[in-house]
Amino acid sequence: MKTETRLDKKFAALKAEGRAGFVTYVMAGDPDLETSFEILKGLPGAGADIIELGMPFTDPMADGPAIQAAGLRALKGGQTMDKTLDLVTRFRQDNQDTPIVLMGYYNPIYSYGVDRFLEAAKAAGVDGLIVVDLPPEEDEELCLPALQANINFIRLTAPTTDDKRLPAVLANTSGFVYYVSMTGITGSRDIDSGGLKTAVQRLQTQGKLPVAVGFGIKTPSHAKMVAQVADAAVVGSAIIDQLAAHLDDQGAATEGLVPAVLTFTGELAGGVRSARS
Amino acid sequence: MSDSVERPNSLRSGPDDHGRFGIFGGRFVAETLMPLILDLETAYEEAKKDPAFKAEMDDLWTHYVGRPSPLYYAERLSEHLGGAKIYFKRDELNHTGSHKANNVLGQILLARRMGKKRIIAETGAGQHGVATATFAARFGLPCVIFMGATDIERQKPNVFRMRLLGAEVVPVTSGTGTLKDAMNEALRDWVTHVEETFYIIGTVAGPHPYPAMVRDFQSVIGREVREQMMAAEGRLPDSLVACIGGGSNAMGLFHPFLDDEGIEIFGVEAAGRGVDQGDGHHAASLTGGRPGVLHGNRTYLLQTDDGQIIDGHSISAGLDYPGIGPEHAWLHEVGRVNYVSATDREALDAFQTCCRLEGIIPALEPSHALAHVIKLAPTLPSDHLMVMNMCGRGDKDVFTVAAALGVDVDEN
Ligand SMILES: Cc1ncc(COP(=O)(O)O)c(C=O)c1O
Repeated sequence: MKTETRLDKKFAALKAEGRAGFVTYVMAGDPDLETSFEILKGLPGAGADIIELGMPFTDPMADGPAIQAAGLRALKGGQTMDKTLDLVTRFRQDNQDTPIVLMGYYNPIYSYGVDRFLEAAKAAGVDGLIVVDLPPEEDEELCLPALQANINFIRLTAPTTDDKRLPAVLANTSGFVYYVSMTGITGSRDIDSGGLKTAVQRLQTQGKLPVAVGFGIKTPSHAKMVAQVADAAVVGSAIIDQLAAHLDDQGAATEGLVPAVLTFTGELAGGVRSARS
Repeated sequence: MSDSVERPNSLRSGPDDHGRFGIFGGRFVAETLMPLILDLETAYEEAKKDPAFKAEMDDLWTHYVGRPSPLYYAERLSEHLGGAKIYFKRDELNHTGSHKANNVLGQILLARRMGKKRIIAETGAGQHGVATATFAARFGLPCVIFMGATDIERQKPNVFRMRLLGAEVVPVTSGTGTLKDAMNEALRDWVTHVEETFYIIGTVAGPHPYPAMVRDFQSVIGREVREQMMAAEGRLPDSLVACIGGGSNAMGLFHPFLDDEGIEIFGVEAAGRGVDQGDGHHAASLTGGRPGVLHGNRTYLLQTDDGQIIDGHSISAGLDYPGIGPEHAWLHEVGRVNYVSATDREALDAFQTCCRLEGIIPALEPSHALAHVIKLAPTLPSDHLMVMNMCGRGDKDVFTVAAALGVDVDEN
């Protein structure tokens, strides 16, 4: 990277504080644009250190039912890439230090145009990208242009990423490394601690980057357990489950939705913060 | 077609080392799957060079699938249309009733070589699911088939066939419950059960090496046609016609002929209610789509301006995939293959014509190819040799056809 990004600064600050970070995932436009903005705006106050903002896609092949449904709700509500970027712009008007990472699949970006997308993302205040279906073999598509534009490109590593592959996977990764703690889709199983510490340490030593762990963290105690060994814990499906539990029969947000999501986020954040005290 | 697209000396040498045909193809998959795809590529490259692999495949092709399939002169149809001399490549006579068996046999032998213990597959019309369930039974491997809930409803006989063969059929309700959703679900299953599972993709799509591998297994169709036509007519055909869902039966017929420049090649996509009816009314990815990335490869896709995938529509459940194999996308751009389309109505008419004139009940998929043959043949001289891939039989479709014709099957 050419200069220190908001993500680099955040992880440096967390390190200075001596605690792990808490990364929350929510879907842009779920269940509607304004509710989604309210959630986004409230997340840092509820304890989120970094926000992953999902870009909805019709065919999320690595996601489980919770995130699939979130994406379809957003699309049904008319969410577009422009509206997602606009959410970030609005968020940045009064938040300059919580990094935002856009997460999703390549086709909506490819369709938007890679150069045009990077320019718009940069202008909106996006700090990093996680694009599930772009492995290192396809780095020329988006990863290298993103790094050029000084946007972090965060790669997923999986239990199937062996020693032979790891250097290639880490090579153009920046910001942090996202360790998918199990083989599978988002939200499918509960995380288990077996082997997690070893896996994280292997990544930390080889990659010299902070390691965030996600997939399967559902409760404050899971979050605490992960925060004891990793540099950050990522929660997505469990937060979205809270959101979904506060929709009415028509799928519209009820009054209690935003407070419920933020309260739950606060509990998870509490789990993360209690990990090393 | 654009002249700017570079055309190599041979059109049969793709894909390149990155699994690309021009800009199409590639390996757009989650990291969890990447090591598996690389393993698969290595295993396939080794198997290709192993005479024992080929011998085992040939033996089963002969004794279990029933290859070679005949190349049949459709005399009455030719006379009726009054133009080209029309031949059918009779892949509908294969065990399980379609060309899908060619590919499944190849992949299941590879799965066994790789020591995989569990087979999964997606299916649309159910033909690929039936073929997969069949070979899984033959080799004693547990098998899970993902099928869209909508497709389960319209292809009930095939669902029962798969269950008879011992497969578990999992209804997919995500998205719109059709083939693309079944493929998403199969990919989700695969990332969850990576070590023991072999995913048998049913068409020339998916991440590299699938498009090339499936094409290679299906190319037995075109290789046989070359020999059979030489035997029948003493020369190669003048034109080839095949229907396109993902494009595997078409690639299988076309690939051995791509470098024979004089041969005109036609791929027929499903125009559903008409490509001019707009999004959601057809499944013609090349005619009505634009390049994008889905299911592991870059290709032409039916999609919105914002890059969201649109469901295809066709009367034929085997053709309503919103994409097309990447090699077809490339052959379209270099201009080697002509991609055209046929509507539901045209396919239904062709279906009935074939039943009455040739005594062959075709599947609705090749009925699309036949619809184009019916348009094309009368404009051509009687010494023009045309080969159409009769890639599936229509037993599975009789209920759909009856409904479309307003006939109550139980009544008559
Ligand atoms: C008989 C038949 N033909 C064609 C197809 C379409 O597939 P492809 O284009 O890969 O040949 C199918 C798919 O289910 C089929 O069952």
